Amino acid sequence: MSVAPLSPAELHAEARAARAERRRLLLRSPGVLIGAAVLLFWIACALLGDRITPYDPIFDQSEDVFASPSAEHWLGTDRLGRDVFSRVLAGSRDILLVAPAATLLGTALGTALGLLTGYLRGIVDDVLSRLIDAVLSLPLIVIAVTAIAALGTRSATTVVIVIGAVFAPIIARTVRAAVLAERELEYVRAARLRGERAPYVMFVEILPNVMPVIIVEATVRLGYAVFAVASLTFIGFGIQLPSPDWAVQIADNYQFVDPAWWTVLFPAAAIASLVIAVNLVSEGLQQAYER
Amino acid sequence: MSGAPATGPALEVRDLDVAYRVRGRWRRVLRGVSFQIGRGESYGLVGESGCGKSTAALAIAQYLPRNGRVRGGDILVDGRSVVGLRGQELRRYRAQTVSMVYQNPGAALNPSLRVGDQVVEAFTASGVRADEASARARAALERVQIADAESVLRRYPHQLSGGMQQRVVIAMALAKDPSLLVLDEPTTGLDATVEAEVLDLVAQLQRELRTSVLFISHNLGVIAKMCSRVGVLYAGRLVEEGPVETVLRDPRHPYTVGLLRCIPRGGVRKDHGRLDTIPGFLPPLGAELRGCVFADRCPLADARCTAEEPPLVPLAEGHTSRCWYHERAAALPREEAPDLELPPIDREAPPLLRFRDLGKVFRERGHDVYALLGAEGAIWPGETLGLVGESGSGKTTLANALLGIVEPTEGTVELDGRPLAPRFQKRTPEQLRALQIVFQNPDSALNRRHSVRRILLRALRKLAGLAGGPAEGRLRELALRVRLPERALTQKPVQLSGGLKQRVAIARAFAGEPRLVVCDEPTSALDVSVQAAILNLLVELQAEKRVAYLFISHDLGVVRYISDRIAVLYLGRLQEVGPAEVVFEGPHHPYTEALLSAVPTVDGGGRERIKLEGEIPSAAAPPSGCVFHTRCPRKLGRVCELEEPPLREVEPGHLLRCHIPIEELRRLQAKPPAERVGA
Repeated sequence: MSVAPLSPAELHAEARAARAERRRLLLRSPGVLIGAAVLLFWIACALLGDRITPYDPIFDQSEDVFASPSAEHWLGTDRLGRDVFSRVLAGSRDILLVAPAATLLGTALGTALGLLTGYLRGIVDDVLSRLIDAVLSLPLIVIAVTAIAALGTRSATTVVIVIGAVFAPIIARTVRAAVLAERELEYVRAARLRGERAPYVMFVEILPNVMPVIIVEATVRLGYAVFAVASLTFIGFGIQLPSPDWAVQIADNYQFVDPAWWTVLFPAAAIASLVIAVNLVSEGLQQAYER
Repeated sequence: MSGAPATGPALEVRDLDVAYRVRGRWRRVLRGVSFQIGRGESYGLVGESGCGKSTAALAIAQYLPRNGRVRGGDILVDGRSVVGLRGQELRRYRAQTVSMVYQNPGAALNPSLRVGDQVVEAFTASGVRADEASARARAALERVQIADAESVLRRYPHQLSGGMQQRVVIAMALAKDPSLLVLDEPTTGLDATVEAEVLDLVAQLQRELRTSVLFISHNLGVIAKMCSRVGVLYAGRLVEEGPVETVLRDPRHPYTVGLLRCIPRGGVRKDHGRLDTIPGFLPPLGAELRGCVFADRCPLADARCTAEEPPLVPLAEGHTSRCWYHERAAALPREEAPDLELPPIDREAPPLLRFRDLGKVFRERGHDVYALLGAEGAIWPGETLGLVGESGSGKTTLANALLGIVEPTEGTVELDGRPLAPRFQKRTPEQLRALQIVFQNPDSALNRRHSVRRILLRALRKLAGLAGGPAEGRLRELALRVRLPERALTQKPVQLSGGLKQRVAIARAFAGEPRLVVCDEPTSALDVSVQAAILNLLVELQAEKRVAYLFISHDLGVVRYISDRIAVLYLGRLQEVGPAEVVFEGPHHPYTEALLSAVPTVDGGGRERIKLEGEIPSAAAPPSGCVFHTRCPRKLGRVCELEEPPLREVEPGHLLRCHIPIEELRRLQAKPPAERVGA
């Protein structure tokens, strides 16, 4: 369908309407709203921490170990008699720092890599792309565990760096595909014909045009990052005690899952809710940008 | 089994109203359109983009997008209403009664199915028995003049050329012997010679089968060639209708008059006479219009026109016009513009740019593909060299080799007598500034994330070395020169119309006072009224700055208008170079002759169609001898197959690559008597 040529004022209004449409599409989708609500809830919990928890998540240790859920302890207590409800509320803080930081790092690295390989092509592309393929052929957790073991330090910072580094090639591949399509457009040729250098073309001309792809990819990766951080933490490579992190809690209590199921189920549900919330938002973003 | 009554029109559109729901509002696209197509008649619908042509076609096929709806009126095919058909009935209607052929045949065919399976399916869908269908499929391809039907049936769509694909699509459309065949810009993406063949084919089939045809096109020349009656659409309203010859010879609506005047026509050249334009914009989709839809762009409009819509006024013999002042339409005031003083071109002086023996070989799957071979020529300051040829002829490769975008495999390019580095990366800023380009598609030529201001300021910085205050001053000057409204500067390209976008692209190329600007089909993505304005602008800039253009276009009318000299390429070889008038008037190369004869013109020809046999050969395996001998209608004999003729100067400034002596060509190509009109 051809579109009518409009007067500049009309076109301006149309462009604004298109943006408003995208916003409305986001806000109207029940998935996005639920996801955003859950996400905001956990962010609020992370910010307020022990100010809103009924008990101190770390230091309030009662005699009553493995108490089942009751009016006093809504979600029961763990092996040290700490209130599981308080610990679940407080447990979002570390993962909400580590997972986004890892995603951010991975996105920044991946974007740079994707721009380089996609724009420069040739030997740079060949070498880097084969390296990326090699990285991608191994399961994420295997690489991460190996890397952390090799680095020898088990800390949140290490997890951020390792997950960021593992994500970079994945994001790079998506960005590269977008850049490959973009570099064939004439505005890139026009820029080069007026003597622009490669960094300018990559970062000023092409980058803004592949931004939607990067944003969508980053939110998708955030979901995976939450999952990866939790997995690494569970096997002892990630966030460490005494943090009330959800995965730490699960690792701490999983041998007592029968009969104290509440010590594992509720933190696990919290992790799941966060992953699902992130995925709902990212799916909505994807749909809004792809229209 | 059409079972249609033999009388009555094949299609009757009554007061049709179609609207699209966009962002919560119904926007009218067709506003009470009525017309009829008689049995065996070929009816043309013409208008610029956005006027509702395709919407009409979609409504007739009952194939409107989800947000589109027929909101009033009726469509009768064979006397039966088709609006609101559903399920089985709708399927039967589409399978047996109406056929559509769209612009892009590549997208109309399924790329993963063999052509044969698809054609057979067209037959079985219309009720032919499976065992009979394959024989019918072969016959159908033969009917659309596909010589080797058996082998074409076994191939996949991508293995066929665009012209062949469109023939297959037409064969499929005719499989069910439709009551109505709708052709929506069927030849717009095709080369001139291929377009001419497809049009000939459609015209012949239409005569033989007596099919009723709705032919939609933006090209008045094509409509003139193909149709007996024409309707002119503007903003979803039929503004003029009548027999094609009458409407084109004696248009009675200012819009039709404007459209006809926008087209550069035989003889008009840039140095005498500017092109007329239609100022203003099409009203926005779904705007509420009280008076005449064309009132705010019409030079004849007065208070009555904006207050009250004129009815369709009947004129002679089925000719109607929706204009209060139809008798004055033909005398529409012309644009008042002083004739331009184009600087004289001094070809005794050293040329601005010279290229010698320029060649480019691409390696493709182990084959050497000669995209360009032995190209030679020069461009002088202030002149326009037109470059014509069909797709794959090497036009863009030549331009890119001059710009340094592709590195030529052989040959040299000189600027002011000094050799240029083959790659633009190795050229000095001075040399980069001297050679700039305006691309075909302004949508992809402008960064959609940058504002116009930012785009132009950056160009000024890199090409003119300006920043800060001086740059701002030049920016304003530049915008003024290309008639870019000040307000457009703060906007992003998506917020601008196609014409304004192309003005931004031109301003960018002119930021650093270029000496030669390559114009690569700069107007082919634009409507004719916008095209005229852009051509006028390019000519003005040339008059003012003595810039030279290398102007690539497949539209020979446009090339003739703007060019001082013309170079004709075929399969990467220059076939003819000469002054524009000489190349057009002849004697010319047999290929040029065929190319010129293929163009459908509004005035109905005057040239006899010279048919070219077969397809353009592959550049990977070019024919021996003269590369054109396989299709040349004037081939001499063995000498053409064995020996490539040199590019010889046959008259002062006129170069030809042909074995036939110029005197012989002159005799062969002598103009037929004026009355004789091409088929």
